Amino acid sequence: MTQPHIRLTDVEMTFSRPDGAGEDIHALGPIQLDLRHGEFFAVVGPSGCGKSTLLELMIGLSTPTKGSITFEGKPINGSCPDGIGVVFQEDASFAWLTVRDNIAFGLRRMALDRREQDERVEKALAMMGLGEFADVYPSQLSGGMRQRVCIARTLVTEPRLILLDEPFGALDQQTRLLMGDEILSLWRKTGATIFLITHALDEAAMLADRIGVMSSRPGQLIDIVETNWPRDRDSRIVEEDAFGAVTARLWRSLRVESMKAIGKKDARP
Amino acid sequence: MTKAGLIRLALIAALLGMLEVMVRIGRIDPLTMQAPHKMVIDLYSMLASGKLNKAIAKTMGNAAIAFMIAVSMGVISGLLIHRLRRLRETLDPLFATYYAIPVFAFYPLLILLLGLGDAPQIFIGVMLGFVAVVVNTLNGLDRVPRVLLKTARVNGMNPFETALKITLPSAAPYILTGAKFAVAYSLIGVIGAEFIMSTGGMGYEISFAYNNFDNATMYPLIILILTASITINMLISRWEKSLLKRRGLQ
Repeated sequence: MTQPHIRLTDVEMTFSRPDGAGEDIHALGPIQLDLRHGEFFAVVGPSGCGKSTLLELMIGLSTPTKGSITFEGKPINGSCPDGIGVVFQEDASFAWLTVRDNIAFGLRRMALDRREQDERVEKALAMMGLGEFADVYPSQLSGGMRQRVCIARTLVTEPRLILLDEPFGALDQQTRLLMGDEILSLWRKTGATIFLITHALDEAAMLADRIGVMSSRPGQLIDIVETNWPRDRDSRIVEEDAFGAVTARLWRSLRVESMKAIGKKDARP
Repeated sequence: MTKAGLIRLALIAALLGMLEVMVRIGRIDPLTMQAPHKMVIDLYSMLASGKLNKAIAKTMGNAAIAFMIAVSMGVISGLLIHRLRRLRETLDPLFATYYAIPVFAFYPLLILLLGLGDAPQIFIGVMLGFVAVVVNTLNGLDRVPRVLLKTARVNGMNPFETALKITLPSAAPYILTGAKFAVAYSLIGVIGAEFIMSTGGMGYEISFAYNNFDNATMYPLIILILTASITINMLISRWEKSLLKRRGLQ
């Protein structure tokens, strides 16, 4: 089992301008990254550094201009492989379906008998604390609860790799800390590998085993920080001295990049 | 009932009452217009006698056919045009000016092309309703959040499945708005065509009664058309409202 769960080799992404005029935009890379089975990996980076582009490449929504991505040894080519689940930043709940039907959406497309499907939905409802809301529509829920519906919808398909694209970006700070706890407990219960994209340094420092720091465009990994947290952890880790040290190191790596991102060209370390 | 609904009802009742009074005191010649209570009585005896059942069935049937064709073709065309950016850019200005075209002017041509049967009348109903459905479907499809489309792709759904399970349900309230227009337009199209050149249907009967000063037939028919279109419209509105309410939009 030395094979990485997902491997990115020399991945680069360049966008040509739609009107054909001007220079192409080199958005990302080259990026080398191996994710280990079952680890919690977070990526932080300044805005516009290509984090979301990276995610779209990993789920096959777009194809890298250069390099390759393999998931469990097989190359990802233009479609999202079974075994990968995604939760997006925006609210992706279906307004016309009840919470229960929302969660069952992806499952219904799988070759599983109906009883097994229903059991998984009930389990996910309970796990995400949505039991009493099973038959209401998403519009009756808060933003945080709707995001839980989306997480549950991904969970029921039992993905081995879960990609989270700033899933708490739209939530308030307290809710984010608590959602972080829930993600950690999900991670432990499911044994899945988690790849989290975030702009919040404290969130990355609190949740991840390893944190990749991305440079401003074209986004490259300029540092990878190991946190060495125990697997059994929760948001109270923010009280530890080591948490402050990790956050400080992340900011040291990122400060110059963030300044570049907001247009300060003469930024000095 | 809401306050706005009550005021609306009062307004309609007031207008009817005024009309009733005007006719009774002779300010309006009964040959021009009958008192509203007389129209209702005439409508009842007309329906009871059954002499116009055939005309009513023909018009309502043709309007229903035109409506169904307009909605199904409009939704399918909307889906296709939405996917083809070039086509959309070409057609958008045409849609915007479409309702300036006097469709009825084509009626003689349509008779040449489609014959003397019901087909030209249905065709005009479709022509009027179709574009309203396309425009509203496009409007709804434009508003489908991008993240839902990404979700469809991550789930490995093909374009057909995506349309059926994601884009159409998401755009449903807008499509219903288009359908509401299509109800009115298909009725107007069919009845208008019957007016001009036809040997049957409510439009023909209204025109015939008008030429013969037969107010006892003309006004009840007009009332019947109004009632039918308002009823269908209210049913669709109710459906639309329940969809919007479920989405927390009303």
